[in-house]
Amino acid sequence: MKSLVFERNLARFAAARVASVLGSGRGAGIGPLRLLEGDPPELPGPDWFPLRPLLSGICGSDLATLDGRSSRYFEDMVSFPFVPGHEVVGQLDEGGVDHAGRALEAGTRAVIEPVLGCAPRNIRPLCPECSTGHTGLCGNVAFGDLGPGLQTGYCTDTGGGWSTGVLAAHASQLHAVPESFTDEDAVMVEPTACAVHAALSAGVADGDVVAVVGAGTLGLATVAALHQLIRPTRPCTVMVGARYAHQRELAGSLGADTVVAPDQLARAVRRRAGSLVLAGRLTEGADVVFDCVGSSESVTLALSMVRPRGRVVLVGMPGRVSVDLAPLWHRELTLVGAYAYGDESSGDRSPDDGPRRSFDLAIGVVEAAGLGQLVSAAYPLERYEEAIAHAGAAGRRGAVKVVFDLRQSKGTVR
Amino acid sequence: MSPRPGFVLDVDRSTPPTLFWHGERFSLETLPVGSRVIYAPEPIEPLADPSAAIRAALLDPVGDRDPLPALLFPGMTLTIAFDDISLPLPPMERPDIRQLVIEQVLDLAAAAGVDDVELIVALALHRRMTEPELRHAIGDRIYDAFAPHGLLTQHDAEDPDALVHLGLTDEGEDVEINRRAAESDLLVYVNINLVAMDGGHKSVATGLASYKSLRHHHNPQTMQRSRSFMDQHRSELHSANWRMGRLIADSGVTVFQIETTLNNDTFPGAFQFLQKREWEWKARDRMGYLATSKALDRTPPRYARQIFQSVKSPHRMTSVQAGEVEAVHALTTDHVWAQQGVVVQGQTDILTMGLPYISPYNVNSILNPILVACLGLGYLFNMYRGKPLVREGGVLIMTHPTPWEFNPVHHPSYIDFFEQVLSETTDPVEVADRFEESFATDPWYIHLYRTGHAYHGVHPFYMWYWCAHALQHLGGVVIVGGDPAAVHRLGFRAASTLADALEMAQDVVGPSPTLTHLHAPPILMADVQ
Repeated sequence: MKSLVFERNLARFAAARVASVLGSGRGAGIGPLRLLEGDPPELPGPDWFPLRPLLSGICGSDLATLDGRSSRYFEDMVSFPFVPGHEVVGQLDEGGVDHAGRALEAGTRAVIEPVLGCAPRNIRPLCPECSTGHTGLCGNVAFGDLGPGLQTGYCTDTGGGWSTGVLAAHASQLHAVPESFTDEDAVMVEPTACAVHAALSAGVADGDVVAVVGAGTLGLATVAALHQLIRPTRPCTVMVGARYAHQRELAGSLGADTVVAPDQLARAVRRRAGSLVLAGRLTEGADVVFDCVGSSESVTLALSMVRPRGRVVLVGMPGRVSVDLAPLWHRELTLVGAYAYGDESSGDRSPDDGPRRSFDLAIGVVEAAGLGQLVSAAYPLERYEEAIAHAGAAGRRGAVKVVFDLRQSKGTVR
Repeated sequence: MSPRPGFVLDVDRSTPPTLFWHGERFSLETLPVGSRVIYAPEPIEPLADPSAAIRAALLDPVGDRDPLPALLFPGMTLTIAFDDISLPLPPMERPDIRQLVIEQVLDLAAAAGVDDVELIVALALHRRMTEPELRHAIGDRIYDAFAPHGLLTQHDAEDPDALVHLGLTDEGEDVEINRRAAESDLLVYVNINLVAMDGGHKSVATGLASYKSLRHHHNPQTMQRSRSFMDQHRSELHSANWRMGRLIADSGVTVFQIETTLNNDTFPGAFQFLQKREWEWKARDRMGYLATSKALDRTPPRYARQIFQSVKSPHRMTSVQAGEVEAVHALTTDHVWAQQGVVVQGQTDILTMGLPYISPYNVNSILNPILVACLGLGYLFNMYRGKPLVREGGVLIMTHPTPWEFNPVHHPSYIDFFEQVLSETTDPVEVADRFEESFATDPWYIHLYRTGHAYHGVHPFYMWYWCAHALQHLGGVVIVGGDPAAVHRLGFRAASTLADALEMAQDVVGPSPTLTHLHAPPILMADVQ
């Protein structure tokens, strides 16, 4: 089988970092990523099943890794060499068992919840986070039966989605895909689950003004999650800062009330909130801001437009950023991360209120909002340099989500 | 030799290229044979002794008003209001007319023993003037005598304690104006009447009014019914102001109106070629054009703007009249027409105009896209009497770079208007219905208007309403050389050359159209027969 393999090679790593100055993803060909023939990963235990990827997305965190821009914080949570790809829809050729213990027939399509917490690592008893369903917060992502790796796609033992062969999926990771879903719908479930988790944990209240900074995959999925999951019970105003025209159009169609260019967002929020401006910040502002970019600029922007005692939720993966925290202190702001997914019943949802897992909720959001439309281009693995460059320039090139098509096709580039 | 009147040139094969303004630049364009070019009259002779003329006007007023000395007495309250930074254009060389007039009013007040005197800048919802701008307008001596003691103030249309509601007109219009002005024993208003729209009852009823009052005539319906607002007798804007002005008079406010007119000697020495007819350019004019154009082409826009902002106009006073408002204004209007009027036979399919760098609302600032629209569709389009220069369904072609650029200090609400309102609709009526109130009452804009140098939050709406008559009348608007994104946001079409614009216009008006170019500035008023 062919796989894209990320190796520990400092020289190539440095070359990718230099090349990324020209643009995200520009160093794919000279960086530590190589297309290799290899064997499928050995299944680590009895609850593991081979999953043959059909589509696998290229995520912002993948690009940060390939560009050498990832925080060094993650260094101990990765094992080399690894096959990237954690946004995956695949097929269980031999069948399996899903996260709830249900049997899955051979040929079933499934998406994986890629976090490698206590269960896949065969750690017992489960850590406090995993035992309460918050697997994304598991602290054991470098321990147990597997090598370090916070998710499938960063662990040498499981393989990843960027492969024409199979990856190893633990039963706790598997979610069957509805029959009605296209593969494009299905590959959007993982990023949508991140957005669902962010939306549900943000404490959005009835009548709130909510701002979303950035309208790439995560930003658009966050808009969809807010529209589908929050608004039915807590009507709120959703305002989005989107750089590109196609992003603005999509944000509007997914439910945003106001969509403007990012440099206009603070002014739009100010108008909506009827705020004054003091020290470059709104005296009143958005109740909640979702930062779906994760840069110094986006965090600064988010902090400038949130109201006193408001909440800024980091949805996009940040690295090392430089931000003046004086306003955070002075205005008693809450700056909170929203990583991955888990059990949402302790968040904004009651335990009896339908599905509890972020992934299950995300499946509903993808279906209702038709998020498969966000898949803009699919490349065969052999054209990985083009694919990654396309993903790195997705906004500028009119795209949202770029994926690898592992279905023995030549891919489709829209 | 007496100055020549305005002139309509018929373009033929021997006609040299015509000068078009393009913001802080200009170009020479070859117009199709058969086109017309309308030139302003040459500057008429100024008053030989402006000070003597002012004194004579104060002592011998027109209409039902006593000479100024007879209105002054010890113990009285006297308020002198005067026009703000929006007049004249460009700002005039020192001494400004306001200084000349106010000095004489103050001399008479001092001679009469009046010691309760205050000066008020009648800025309505315009931005507050800076100290240098005030010093330029009224002179250092007056500024230093009044400003340090708080006796020189700028009208604050958002200070409820400084306003007084005088009642409703027969049409139900609120009349709310500056309390100090209304409650003074005498209100002297000093005008610079650059165009026919200025002055009359509009001076007090608009210049010293609140939003509550202004909204009755600064709205799309009024502007659409003003054909044009430069023609008092066919202007609903004026009708409303006249109703208000008469109510102000009936309320016991005594206004001593002083109006002055200017000749259209607009540009100083190095730029004199800008106000000459191209076929009469001498070698010096051609050299001036070439040198200036080449230099400006190499100058970044920001610095080019600074160069033009430093231009002070040499225009001089041609008349001064004082007394009762309506009698004064009738004379003033005659003087304005004498300088600016040009008889034009018939309308045109396509009207072209080169937009300069300045309008009433961007002195020492940026001509942002909304002001570009207002300058072309609001002001220059309305410089007519009788019928618009361009026929109904015709096309207006303007040349201007129209950058997506705003002065955030002067025009903060313009930025939001452009980004948030025009992105949704360009229909003035819908704009008013959906958005005006929220901008007018936005506390941030009010704060900036009252404490900084910002135009009021509602002001960009007024600029858009100013365009309402033209938007209703025209079949299309094309801006040549404008930022396409900004031009499209305005709802207009962008062309890269005049030739392209003419082709686009023919899609609207049909083949073989008639074309007329409005060669302004200097300002002219077309009397369309």
